[in-house]
Amino acid sequence: MLTSIVSISLGAILTNNFIFSQFLGCCPFLGCSSKVDTATGMGLAVVFVMGLASAICWVIDTYILVPLGLAFLETLVFILVIAALVQFVEMFLKKSVPSLYSALGIYLPLITTNCAVLGVVLLNVQNNYNFLEAVVYGITGGLGFMLAIVLFASVRERIQFADYPENFEGFSICLISAGLVALAFMGFSGMKIV
Amino acid sequence: MTTILLSIVVLGVLGALFGAILAFAAKIFHVEVDPRESAVRECLAGANCGGCGYPGCDGYAKAVAAGEAPCNKCVAGGAETAAKVAEIMGVANDAAEKEVAFVTCSGAHDIAEPRFNYSGPQDCRAAMLFGGKSSKWCTFACVGLGNCARACQFDAMHVENGVAKVDRYKCVGCGACVEACPKNIVKLIPESQKIMPACSSKDKGAQVMKICKVGCIGCMKCQRECPADAIVVKDNLAQVDTSKCIQCGHCADICPRHIINYFG
Repeated sequence: MLTSIVSISLGAILTNNFIFSQFLGCCPFLGCSSKVDTATGMGLAVVFVMGLASAICWVIDTYILVPLGLAFLETLVFILVIAALVQFVEMFLKKSVPSLYSALGIYLPLITTNCAVLGVVLLNVQNNYNFLEAVVYGITGGLGFMLAIVLFASVRERIQFADYPENFEGFSICLISAGLVALAFMGFSGMKIV
Repeated sequence: MTTILLSIVVLGVLGALFGAILAFAAKIFHVEVDPRESAVRECLAGANCGGCGYPGCDGYAKAVAAGEAPCNKCVAGGAETAAKVAEIMGVANDAAEKEVAFVTCSGAHDIAEPRFNYSGPQDCRAAMLFGGKSSKWCTFACVGLGNCARACQFDAMHVENGVAKVDRYKCVGCGACVEACPKNIVKLIPESQKIMPACSSKDKGAQVMKICKVGCIGCMKCQRECPADAIVVKDNLAQVDTSKCIQCGHCADICPRHIINYFG
């Protein structure tokens, strides 16, 4: 049990990192990474939503969809669940935990349609995870996203001072450096915990 | 057939359920937003310059609506905005005097003695990492790589010939350049203040003579001749007390180094 949790966590954070290995969630990865502060906020919001979405979608899938033989509706239902969940969490935080809302607030609506969040709940089903494993996968997947986006934001902050050719200005240098960071993460691929 | 019906029912029920929960949650977790907040936000300059001391225009509008901030803090908008905001908030408008930025250095390339040629990243902080705090001999001098110019949202700050210059007509006094300057040589002065020494050097006179053609040498001439006792030499540098200065311009005339600026 413990081994599977550890291997799921390490896999989600390093070897099968959502951004660098599975290419999920690239939009906020490029959009919210110009400053380390915003990247951290976005990362925290993703951890939060991915953990919650994994838990709730697992329950709905196991106790409603599978018994009724409606497993083919998973994608559709999960989108519905995630969208409603994010809206609900946003309202709840705004009223009950204003400090957390001001930290995550603007990023929450942004990840409603994030493919990393949908990806994690679909992968939970695909890998036949139990409840605990699904939640761990959701949270650590979010942590992997956060690691990637914070690392990349630090790189982008450094790039501002770098002297690169003018035609790489803006988005192209950003994509090139994203590729280089992803290459570094390739070093983890092939590792396996048995 | 059952599968189709079942899918429709399950999705319909789930959708209706989530809709109901959200509608219910919107009622329970409803947060009142002050309508004055958005009205105040509309009036502000919208440059998010931070001159008011709050995080952006939204932050300031929120503070005003909550009654925590005075109406006249939007420096970019000036007196006109302050009047509008005061009208929305229904309070008397007490506009503060406008301030403008002033660079206390005159060390252009041909004036301040160069120390080395710098060709690294074009950023003042980066240049300061090399010994001596700038590429000029004077350790107090403007680095001249334009961190202040980049911080300015109003196109009022430019580097000319190696030293930053303020366009007093465009400057709104937000203070973004003051924050951005790693040498702390940009100051905010009242707009009515016409006299200011454009030097920050605290080196002794003999040293300044060697490395800068105009830097203040602390000769005390201005201090002796000022009719209002408004100018004092402290740490080898002439400093004006704006509350005492009568704007006569005498110090600017007699300064042997012509370092005291007079905007007439």
